[in-house]
Parts: sequence; C-alpha cells; structure tokens
Amino acid sequence: MTRLVLGIFVLLAIAGLWLPQWAMFIMTVAIARGLVVLGLLLLLRCGLVSFGQALFYCLGAYSAGALGRFLGVSDIFVQMLVGGAVAGLAAFVIGFLLARYRGIFFGLLSLALSMILYGLLVKTEALGSTDGFNIPPSTLFGVRPGADWVRYAVMISAAGVAALAALLVHRYLLTPLGRLAPAIKDNEIRVEYMGASARRAVHVKYVIAAVLAGVGGALAATTVGHIDPDMAYWTSSGEFIFIAILAGTGNVLAPFVGALIYGAIHTMAYDLSPHTWQMSLGVALLVLIVFLPQGVWSLAGRLRARRS
Amino acid sequence: MPVVLDAQGLCKSFGAVTAAAEVSAAIEKDSVVGLIGTNGAGKTTFINMITGYLKPDRGAIAYEGRDITRLAPRDITRLGICRSFQIPQLYGSLSVLENMMIGIGIVLRNGGLGGYFSRGEPLVPGFGRPPREVAEQLLGRFGLLEDRERNAQVLPGGARKLLDIALTMVTKPRVLLLDEPTSGVSAGEKFGIMQMVLDAARAEGATVLFVEHDMEVVSRFAQRVLAFYDGRIIADAPPQAVLQDPQVKRYVVGSHDVRRNGSA
Repeated sequence: MTRLVLGIFVLLAIAGLWLPQWAMFIMTVAIARGLVVLGLLLLLRCGLVSFGQALFYCLGAYSAGALGRFLGVSDIFVQMLVGGAVAGLAAFVIGFLLARYRGIFFGLLSLALSMILYGLLVKTEALGSTDGFNIPPSTLFGVRPGADWVRYAVMISAAGVAALAALLVHRYLLTPLGRLAPAIKDNEIRVEYMGASARRAVHVKYVIAAVLAGVGGALAATTVGHIDPDMAYWTSSGEFIFIAILAGTGNVLAPFVGALIYGAIHTMAYDLSPHTWQMSLGVALLVLIVFLPQGVWSLAGRLRARRS
Repeated sequence: MPVVLDAQGLCKSFGAVTAAAEVSAAIEKDSVVGLIGTNGAGKTTFINMITGYLKPDRGAIAYEGRDITRLAPRDITRLGICRSFQIPQLYGSLSVLENMMIGIGIVLRNGGLGGYFSRGEPLVPGFGRPPREVAEQLLGRFGLLEDRERNAQVLPGGARKLLDIALTMVTKPRVLLLDEPTSGVSAGEKFGIMQMVLDAARAEGATVLFVEHDMEVVSRFAQRVLAFYDGRIIADAPPQAVLQDPQVKRYVVGSHDVRRNGSA
C-alpha cells in the first residue's frame, strides 16, 4: 500500500509539470473532496451515513480563511493544520451527542448541525454573510511561489497530505479499533458483550472523519481562493455522499478516485449543459448504482478476480 | 468453595409485570449451575441483570466481593463475566474466522496491545499465542474449523449457537452465563454440545450458569439447580432433589413448555 501511494504521488508530481492549469485545479479540488470522503468512508463502514460532513468541511475552510484574513497567515500547511484541528475539536464536542445515535437519526442530526452553521454564517456580516470572502494566494513554508507555479505547488502539497492521510487511515483500519467498524454495523450488542464500547469507537471515528473534512475544507478554500456559507449547505454534504457511493468504501484510495471522476463528470456536465448539469449527475449516479453498487473501486476487485 | 458471584434481593419489574422478586443466589466458584423454569419465569432477566443489560430496581450483585450492580455490560465483560445469547449474537456479514478475530481484537485492545503504534504481532493475553492461532484453536474446540471461511449468517442453528459460545471464550471468562445453549438444536446433538461447552469452560476454569428447558440435560450436567417461577427462586438444590420438589413438579417440570422442548 505504501509503495502504491508513493508511486501515485511521484507520478502526479512528474505529470503535474505538463498538466494545464485547469487540470491541476480540478485535481486539487478532487483531493480536497477526497479527504472529506475518506472520513466518510470510516463512518460508512460502521453503517453510519453522515449527511453533515459539510459542517466540518466549512469549518476547515473558514478557519483557513480567517487565518489569512485576520492574522495574515497564508501558509497552506498551517491552514490545513488549523482547519483540521478546529473541525476535530468541534467533532469531539458534538460527538458526545451524535455517537449515541444510529441510522436516520444520526444522519439527520448531522445534517441539522451543518445547517445551523450555514445559518450562522449567513447572518455574520464580519465573515461576509452570504457572499463569503476571498483568500489571498497560498505560501509554502513562508515562500510565495511564482504565479505559474502556485497551482502546481498547491497540488503537490495537497497530494502529499492526501497520501499521508490515506496511509494513516489504511493503518488505522488494520488496528483492532479500526477493524471494529463492520462489527458495529452488524451487531452492537455483541461488541458491548465482548468488552468494547461501540459508542466510543463511533466517537473516535467521527473525530477522525471531521479532521479529514477540516483539512479538505482548508485545502478547498485556498485552492478556490474564495469561501462562502454554501460550503456548509446540505447539498455540499450530499456531494460527499455522492462521491462515497460512486467510489465505494473498499479502499482508502477509492475516495480520491471517486472525487476525480466526480470532478470530471461535474465539469463535463456543466460544459455540455450549464442549466441541467444536476440532471446529468443524477443520471450518472443512477447508472452507477445499478451497475456498480459497490462503487467504482469494486472494478479493481473484479479485474483481479478475472486475472487469477 | 468460595462464592464467586453473589446476587442479593434482586427486584425488577416492567410496568405491572414482575420479572424478579427478591431473587438471591450465591454461586460458588467452579460450579455448574442450571437455571430452569417456564418462559417468563425470570431466568433470562436474572442473567440480564448480572451481565448489566438490565439494572435491577433493588438489590445488589457482587462479583468476587466487588459490587457490579451498576456497571455497563462491557465493564462486566472485562471483569470476566461473559455470556451467550438465546438468539446467537454474531457479526452476520463476516466470516466465522473474522467473528473470532474481531473478538480477539477487542481483547487485545483492552489489554493495551495491537494499538496504532505497536509493531509486530501481539500475543493474546491469557492465551500467550498470536491471534490467528487462538481463533483457530477455539474454533477447533467447538468443531467449527471447517466452517471458518463461511459467513456467520448462513451457518446452521447449532453451529451459530456454538460460535456464539466460542466468542465468549475469547475473553477468558471466569463466569460464563449461557442462555439456552441447546435450544434450536436437535435432540440428538444436545448432549454432545453441552459436553463440548462444559469441557471448554472447565479447561478455562470458568464457573458456568446455564438456562435449560430439557430436564435430562439439566440432571446430567448441572451440579446445582435454581428453579424459577413467577420471578422468584422456588427451589435451589442439586438436580435430583429439585426435580423431586413438589412445587417444581407442579410449576416447572409438569408444564406444557417443558414437554414440548423435551420431546422435540
């Protein structure tokens, strides 16, 4: 796994030298979304669907934005670090409530919380209300790359962070606590009667998911250069679930592949029919659910099965 | 023999229904105790209170001198009291081996092993062997080794019961509570399964309490029998004495429920 991830990273670093600016932009946004979906994957494996990951995505983005706007900090790594920390802290507190709930209650509560943040941001003039605000271009370790290199530098930084996150989550899934996910999905009574707390395990996963979403939000903010309350809107959470279903939960790389495909479909659909792009996305999701219910990643498994 | 588990004056009611009325019993270490009674007599409620699933309205439960009345099920399990269920509680979508490995994972975690930063394969506490070997050893003891790659969901009833009990063994129980270990198992298999389970429990040095409807099984395996009726213990003695007790004959053995189970 480590080799695969490093290989992809190096490939991207080299290919990036030839990629046009718009492709690097799509790539970076896909990585940001992929990070959020990576967190969602942890929860989905427990059988929990969070309709409110946008809460942490938006918190991460606004934390990064506030750093740039009020404190003049534009370092991309500091922004991601603070975005993840703020989101993680929020999830730690909210988790005491949310980890008690399962199924539709978990989903709707998480959605409600993200809509509360949306409502608060819309009402906050200091943060630009519905318009949000712009974020200055990123620096890396205090160095401001030349205009031609900003996108490349941000993409590579994003890819590095994503690679690290994927490897850490991969390792986590192999620990006893990580392995507990399908058991929590199947039978919490047995989990408790073996001596583990399902609620605590869900809480931990919820915090990890939030940290990933916060980092993703900070990254998206600095990549796009603009943030607004829509990042916390429920359609934004829906996007992440869309990607998770599209990608499948079989592998830690799946969210990034899924996010890239989503970005591609989204861009193409918008290009072909600016007014009905949502319909094209919907059709794409429908086709995927019918033909690949386990997500795009299940194709890899099928290919492997055919070869052996 | 010292008392390992001591229940004193347990009361529990659900609305107007009294499931336990002043239930008291002291269980001696290394004993094998059968719980009998008709459906609704309070056997499972008794087990549920000991394992923390239900909190008694009144009364106290002590385990090795320590009050466990208000503890959560997971904490009681960690102390060494483990249970199986009337309806097996398995991880249905996972294989038999994965069921065991998840249980072992929890034991490792509670022992502070196999965490994020640990290197190499840890040894399972109490077994002193790597996880996979422990899983296979226990599956072998319960005759489930052949089925290790099968999904828990598709196992036949008897095998599901055994897997449910094998899972409890992972925690190295000091007290094992078995809720109807032979229900849903064919009459011919009952004795074999009970023997297998008790052998395994004895190998671990566990005290056993089991709920059973078949009086033949009870008189063969139990050293002591608690007869429940209407939320109370109406007899507490060795099996032969209990089965001769006029009250037990009238309320428990003579009941429709036992005849149905006995002839199945």
